[in-house]
Amino acid sequence: MTDTDNKAVGAVVQPAQNRFTTALSHVLSDLGKNGIFLALIAVVVLFAILTVQDGTSVLLRPQNISNLIVQNGYILILAIGMVLVIVAGHIDLSVGSVAAFVGAISGVLIRDAGFSWWAAIIAALVVGALVGAWQGFWIAYVGIPAFIVTLAGMLIFRGLALVVLGNSNVGSFPTEYRALGNGFISFPIDTGGRSHIDPFTLAIGAFAIIALIVQQLRTRKGRSAYGQEVEPLVWFVVKLVAVAIGVGLITYALAVFKGVPITLIVLAILVLVYGIVSNRSVFGRHIYAIGGNRHAAELSGVKTKKVDFFIFVNMGLLAALAGLVFTARLNLAGPKAGTGFELEAISAAFIGGAAVQGGVGTIGGAIIGGLIIGVLNNGMSILGIGIDWQQAVKGFVLLLAVAFDVYNKRRSGGR
Amino acid sequence: MATQNVPNILEMRSITKTFPGVKALADVTLEVARGEIHAICGENGAGKSTLMKVLSGVYPSGSYEGDIVFEDEVVQFKDIRDSEAKGIVIIHQELALSPYLSIAENIFLNNEVKGALGLIDWNKTNLEASKLLARVGLRESPTTRIMDIGVGKQQLVEIAKALSKRVKLLILDEPTAALNDEDSSHLLDLILHLKEQGITSIIISHKLNEIKKIADSVTVIRDGNTIETISKVDVTEERIIKDMVGRDLEHRYPDHTPNIGEEILRVENWTAHHPQDVTRVTVNNVNLNVRRGEIVGIAGLMGAGRTEFAMSLFGRSYGSRISGKVFKNGKEIKTRTVAEAISNGLAYATEDRKQYGLNLIEDIKRNVSMASLEKLVHGGLVNDNEEFKVANEYRKSMNIKSPTVLAKTGKLSGGNQQKVVLSKWIYSDPDVLILDEPTRGIDVGAKYEIYTIINRLASEGKGIIVISSELPELLGICDRIYALSEGTITGELPIAEANPESLIKLMTMEKPR
Repeated sequence: MTDTDNKAVGAVVQPAQNRFTTALSHVLSDLGKNGIFLALIAVVVLFAILTVQDGTSVLLRPQNISNLIVQNGYILILAIGMVLVIVAGHIDLSVGSVAAFVGAISGVLIRDAGFSWWAAIIAALVVGALVGAWQGFWIAYVGIPAFIVTLAGMLIFRGLALVVLGNSNVGSFPTEYRALGNGFISFPIDTGGRSHIDPFTLAIGAFAIIALIVQQLRTRKGRSAYGQEVEPLVWFVVKLVAVAIGVGLITYALAVFKGVPITLIVLAILVLVYGIVSNRSVFGRHIYAIGGNRHAAELSGVKTKKVDFFIFVNMGLLAALAGLVFTARLNLAGPKAGTGFELEAISAAFIGGAAVQGGVGTIGGAIIGGLIIGVLNNGMSILGIGIDWQQAVKGFVLLLAVAFDVYNKRRSGGR
Repeated sequence: MATQNVPNILEMRSITKTFPGVKALADVTLEVARGEIHAICGENGAGKSTLMKVLSGVYPSGSYEGDIVFEDEVVQFKDIRDSEAKGIVIIHQELALSPYLSIAENIFLNNEVKGALGLIDWNKTNLEASKLLARVGLRESPTTRIMDIGVGKQQLVEIAKALSKRVKLLILDEPTAALNDEDSSHLLDLILHLKEQGITSIIISHKLNEIKKIADSVTVIRDGNTIETISKVDVTEERIIKDMVGRDLEHRYPDHTPNIGEEILRVENWTAHHPQDVTRVTVNNVNLNVRRGEIVGIAGLMGAGRTEFAMSLFGRSYGSRISGKVFKNGKEIKTRTVAEAISNGLAYATEDRKQYGLNLIEDIKRNVSMASLEKLVHGGLVNDNEEFKVANEYRKSMNIKSPTVLAKTGKLSGGNQQKVVLSKWIYSDPDVLILDEPTRGIDVGAKYEIYTIINRLASEGKGIIVISSELPELLGICDRIYALSEGTITGELPIAEANPESLIKLMTMEKPR
């Protein structure tokens, strides 16, 4: 930063600058921005220590890491859709009911209508999108607040789930369907019964790390080619190495357990796609523009109603996918499924830094927020803490996370 | 300082206020005599508001250096309540009234008139409120809701509220910025009237003619320093401007040699009705045209339908039952949605950049690209490096004072925000730009820059429509001016024939009933 072109107010007091202080301020502002990531690490470390049994940490055992991902898959899927809804200044309370409704429909289609697993999945996704279109219609074109429409939706689709199921459960799904929530991909090499490491999982992990490094390097190169400021090289490398090690450790854990969970593959694809959509697509940019200032977006030619509509279509689609993953995992479609999902997804988005007023929030943040909730759930379960206290602790964490965020913004002089 | 024998009600001595990295006020001194109207002038960002926040306790004592002496006593305010208890009341530019509450409820908000059992005595509340309303000359029932009265009257309610607190020193921050001429002059009369009742006022204003009219003395602040205090007899607009910008502004409007070509836009029989009350015609059969390279002004009083005309034309953003035809280069075009208007080469920069123009929580870059993202799309994705480059080019060419395009627009000064809005529309590459109050609330120096940009756009062959409440501005930059009254064009004057008198006559012309 220079003060040459900043003559707006009085004398600008500029601290002495050298390469070290520039680098340091970069690191600090980066850590400040990624406070939520540090919070995730803190929560992991805390429970890793608390759950030590027989010399190893239960939380970090390969089986548990694999479980963590599979157990929280559907919350993370919902959080991806929810953060877009929240950025646009809306809310969706119906996703839990929609997930249950869609799970029920897929179950009934397979059991009673003889649908094959893939036809049931496609049908379920279509139903989800239609549900989203229904809610999007009321919100975008009739102008009823999303809170009301989705509160109604919460009741409507919970009720319809009961209607579809006739107040009973549907169980025993085909293996392929169940793979969505329970399946793993691995090609283990027979090592004669001793410890096995799945080479396929390792290959996927290595590929992910290489892809990440290549992508980061390309971004950095692109930015400096356009004369933009880039972070100090050392810090860039440190961060990249840290992330690579993290991915490497998780890969190892998965490789020694059952392999890559299919839920993780679905999630990875979603994060990639929605990361790009939110940041680099016109649709995504319009969501942020609407959330930041709806009038200004409208007067800039953004078709706000259309964008609102498709945000909810998308949310319906993702709620359906979450419903499928959840049903597949339990191998059961029940009328009570998905109760409270909406709250966990909304919490994830807010813990991940989304703003209540809209305009602010990221896919990555929501995923980290979801993981924090997941680790809390998982860690407290391992410790034998009951559902009662788990609820209370999660509520407290949500409050604390948002309070910290508000404090941080105020300190940095934001609104 | 008015006269020697009148004691000062307020002295702010050597006030210094530092924010992290920036010295906002450096050794500022302000002396206000009892019973006078004291104006404070300065460019945006000069430190006027900071000084008033120090005075009213928004910045508590201890957070600044220097002394505040009020009524011969050194005061140390911890918050606004402290300063109000002493009789210092500040009325901010953005009024702090609750729209759904009544006038009386607003006046006595947090200062309720209590009766038995500590409950609110509504009869007495409304009675007291009526008395206060009479003092400020507002003929409204105290039970009227704030949202049902106009901004001018709301301003009066704010003053009534101040009176209810037994105000001795009234601070008004840009009180007439959002008012029309009639409401403004009423308000100024009221301030003079309060002066007779012994109430001292500090008025912050950009409008030099108002200052000249009512102020007993003027203190000019520039870059956080007091430049000088001028007493009434010595006040001239030239002197204030010179103090404010630190140099002589010989010409407040840049030279403009029109190079006018073919007609580029013609609007025929444009009519729009009020969005809620569809029987009310707000824009009535408007016909106008703009030629290439021409700067056309629309003059009109508040409520004449200027903004309503522009917004209804721009993608039907205002109104109902809109009819009329639009021709560009002689061919009829449709402007049914904003997107359609933009793709047909129109741009509209709003009069209210904070509410309607900018995404304040986003950076300069994303605001500049907002109306033309498609231009940056390659292979289905927005090229954000290209976006950065484009925004940076505008930052330099439009002289947006920010070290980086990654700065949030909410933190820029009014002038720089306006430059961001203009950048957005220039990047959309329109043929016709409609600029609604392009210099509202921005300082003299930045105004000059905006005028220069407008001239440059005209010389590039674009057609420009400027809507403004300030007649000198229209007379200073336009080639031709339309006057609008009650939604109807009442006249059209080439610049050679236009003067304030002729325009005001047209602007106040009532249609035959």
